[in-house]
Amino acid sequence: MSINKNQKFLLTGNEASAEAAIQAGCRFYYGYPITPQNEIMTHMALRMPEVGGTFIQVESELAAIYMVYGSAAAGGRTMTSSSSPGISLKQEGISYLAGSELPCVIINMQRGGPGLGDISPAQSDYFQAVKGGGHGDYHTIVLAPSSVQEAADLVFDAFDLADCYRNPVMILGDAQLGQMMEPVVFCKKQKTDLSAKTWALTGARGRKRNIIKSFYPVKGELEVFNIKLQKKYHEIEAEEVRYEEIDTRNADIVIVAYGTSARICREVLKDAKKQSLKIGMIRPITLWPFPSHCIARVAERVQSILTVEMSAGQMVEDVRLAVNGKCPVHFYGRTGGGIPSPKEILHKINELIQVKEKVTCVTS
Amino acid sequence: MELTYSKPKTLIDTPTHYCPGCGHGIVHRLIAEIIDDLDIREKTIGLAPVGCAVLAYNYLDIDMCEAAHGRPPAVATGIKRVHPDNIVFSYQGDGDLAAIGTAEIIHTANRGENITVIFVNNAVYGMTNGQMAPTTLLNQRTLTTPKGRNEKIDGYPLRMCEILSIIDGSRFIARTSITSPANIKKTKQLIQKGFQTQIEKRGFSLIEVLSTCPVYWHMTPCESMKYIDEQMTKTFPLGVFKDWENENQF
Repeated sequence: MSINKNQKFLLTGNEASAEAAIQAGCRFYYGYPITPQNEIMTHMALRMPEVGGTFIQVESELAAIYMVYGSAAAGGRTMTSSSSPGISLKQEGISYLAGSELPCVIINMQRGGPGLGDISPAQSDYFQAVKGGGHGDYHTIVLAPSSVQEAADLVFDAFDLADCYRNPVMILGDAQLGQMMEPVVFCKKQKTDLSAKTWALTGARGRKRNIIKSFYPVKGELEVFNIKLQKKYHEIEAEEVRYEEIDTRNADIVIVAYGTSARICREVLKDAKKQSLKIGMIRPITLWPFPSHCIARVAERVQSILTVEMSAGQMVEDVRLAVNGKCPVHFYGRTGGGIPSPKEILHKINELIQVKEKVTCVTS
Repeated sequence: MELTYSKPKTLIDTPTHYCPGCGHGIVHRLIAEIIDDLDIREKTIGLAPVGCAVLAYNYLDIDMCEAAHGRPPAVATGIKRVHPDNIVFSYQGDGDLAAIGTAEIIHTANRGENITVIFVNNAVYGMTNGQMAPTTLLNQRTLTTPKGRNEKIDGYPLRMCEILSIIDGSRFIARTSITSPANIKKTKQLIQKGFQTQIEKRGFSLIEVLSTCPVYWHMTPCESMKYIDEQMTKTFPLGVFKDWENENQF
């Protein structure tokens, strides 16, 4: 397969994510089969040998994340991918990666849970992705694409962010995004101003030895290290928040949704316009760091906020924290692989408006 | 006068945290000597385990990486794939290699990953105060086998060299001990052969070293050495189980 810049391809979100990783210089991929992200792995099996990279179908999700740990420690651009149950298995390793400040990319094409769940699209790994997931005080940067093109673009950015901050980056997609086909162009280029990985394990030739570890047994050392980590996280929160804001200026109600839910809500905005309803949307692109400032600002002037998710209500907690009582925050979600239709969401919006009108009537 | 014995350059001149009579110090020194002898200090990358040897990176003056419990072979694989011309070895205990990391060691051997594993078997979990290991002998008392290991409840001691030697990807598999100067010399030769296997890009090598844990065996250091010779070797016979120089021997 040869890829020219600006050539247009029709690819699934899975294939586009995998190819973008190759284009971004990822040369070490380790994975274990799980639906609905298998096309990432099969694309890597095909492409890695073509670019002189490493592809290993690993014996377990655990071993896969630790091969990523090894390649990251050795200074390589490295990635793994999985779906919800597999990502749960990787959490120990993600904690170690964060604790050892190793850059890597992890793609989670979410499916329904808990347990083995189903293979339908879901957004019920939000808590796991943005609140740490594994043990200890840490964060991964979490990016949430809502189209195949954006999936490809964010994979590029993910590798640069990972290297820039020496931190694992997770792409949080879902079965819908992974499986659907859309046109995609690989137009991004790797950042060239990233600093050299002088910390990496290469053999101590002409320098002092490097040690990659997350163990601080001497009392007080770990606290010092964790405070340093927190400083880095604050810097990421200050510099890297990304979101899309649509029609919020004159909106009565603003939807907050990400990924596939946001894609569905775009249709809702069009339908609402036809009914002369003033509805806007905030679409977080980084789920961590979360666009709290934007949501807080919008909450000052709207009647209410409606969070839409393919979960029983996870991101809504962060929305409520951001809003901090400035306006009511409502939730509409489907769980267990259910996908909300634009009609259902619009119905929920109309309900909110009617309730508001009733309240206005009573008080006047 | 000629100096015939001195501290290896690769061994850092610092007191270790190991208990009196523990075998880790001997094995660390042998690794340092071999790295010096082969002149590979600047291209060697070591993996420290979870367990008593977690701080191995404080004693060996080479690039080193920590790995979670059981995962050194996977981490070593990830490093070796980035730097195929570097020398990568993992240093693992019995709980790490033969319990929580059984899948990793078997599949790393099966891929014929060109790394060397130093497997220190002292038949007990030392760092967590002496629980049963997968290699604890039958009738051996530990914190979690207070009446002695009973095969009906606890299963049998796991012989990893024997298991790994039937895997096609393994190229050099040997078991040795550190109970006498002769055995220490032999151990050095076998570990060196493991490194040589890797340098010549022949594939996976593992050297199991029967070692002591006087504190959790409730013995003196001398009694511990005797215990290896008289008891452990009955369950874990010493020898070379697979050797690329003599592929038909097994």
